[in-house]
Amino acid sequence: MIEAAVTTVLLGLGPEVFGLFVAFGFMIGVFFGFFGMGGSFLVTPALLILGHPAPVAIGSSMAFVFGTAAIATMKHHDAGQVDYKLGALMFVGIALGIELGSRLVFGLEVLGIANVVIGVAYVLLLAAIGALFTRSALDDDGDDGGTGTNTEGDGDDGSGDDEVPAIARRIQSYEIPPMMTLADGSRASLWTISGVGGGVGLVSGFLGVGGGFVRMPAIYYVIGTSLAAAVGTSLFGGLMSGAVGAFTYGRAGVIDLGIVTALLVGSALGARIGSSATAYVDEDDVTIYFGLMLLVASAAVGIGELASWLAMPVLDRLSFVLLIGSALLVCLAILYHGALAVRRTRRAPNLARGRE
Amino acid sequence: MTGAELLAGALPSIRALMVIGIVLLEAVTLYVGYGAIEGAVGPTVLDRLADTR
Repeated sequence: MIEAAVTTVLLGLGPEVFGLFVAFGFMIGVFFGFFGMGGSFLVTPALLILGHPAPVAIGSSMAFVFGTAAIATMKHHDAGQVDYKLGALMFVGIALGIELGSRLVFGLEVLGIANVVIGVAYVLLLAAIGALFTRSALDDDGDDGGTGTNTEGDGDDGSGDDEVPAIARRIQSYEIPPMMTLADGSRASLWTISGVGGGVGLVSGFLGVGGGFVRMPAIYYVIGTSLAAAVGTSLFGGLMSGAVGAFTYGRAGVIDLGIVTALLVGSALGARIGSSATAYVDEDDVTIYFGLMLLVASAAVGIGELASWLAMPVLDRLSFVLLIGSALLVCLAILYHGALAVRRTRRAPNLARGRE
Repeated sequence: MTGAELLAGALPSIRALMVIGIVLLEAVTLYVGYGAIEGAVGPTVLDRLADTR
């Protein structure tokens, strides 16, 4: 009787499963808050492994991405790190790109090569973005020796030229009208913004993922905002994409509100801690964590593809352990690094107060 | 518990909008709730963290 009541209160989930999803959501939330991505490409495979049907896994993942993106966007909004105009301009391209990407998938399915092409594209894309970020972080370490500057946003950050990558500055120098003024005062061509939106949408529609791991680097490296603004604006994009996905799957009635609620309870706390950590943790560390995790994720997805190709379920489990294990390790590293940064930052004023 | 089970009988679009509304309501509630907790205990936690050897 009591057990049934608890299960009803927890929207159909038992207390243990609910707790497991809360813990998993916390980890995802830290990623979302810290990197501006990390939802669907972790949640969907996890739900599939746990035995949920694909539409429930994808639909619940989309609804969760929407909820977490809403929470993380509110947090970044408070820090002035969301460029709503840029997000809205990108959304048109994203929507068109998603449509084009999904049509491409159906076309490849007719040819019978969809799974192989998508799997290889996923591995290559994750590896390329991971390598780009890792190299960029290592180069920065060499340039400034890791000075400990952070990405703390006060509403106007991102205007410093040194925060915008060289490749983005070069793209911004080609002034193809109409030029749009971004929230931080920098300018970008509407063609660049639409191109980035369309490209990100194409990848999202083609790979069936939220696309944050492409959207955030694309805003940072191609449009050219500060990393903090790229994270905040990418989250806003995730909110809009998540809403579209949640509506689509919600119409089919396959979104599991118990799973979404449990994940949100954990992720809301994690996202708060993750986005607060960006104010303390060195920006170069953010970049290298992001890069390394994507490289491991690339290997994990590659092993997963091999598993189905070689019909070896053990490789599937290895892929899952690598994906979740690397994410857990990076999550713990963020929390540890954040705690150290907090101690370093706050200890000085405390010591000064002590001397007085 | 899926949207179809929770909101049986509703039109698909209405059901989808209600699910989005529920998720958004949960998100806002959690954001405000955790925000209040952070405001109440955050500075103490950070000070404790700074003082930990």
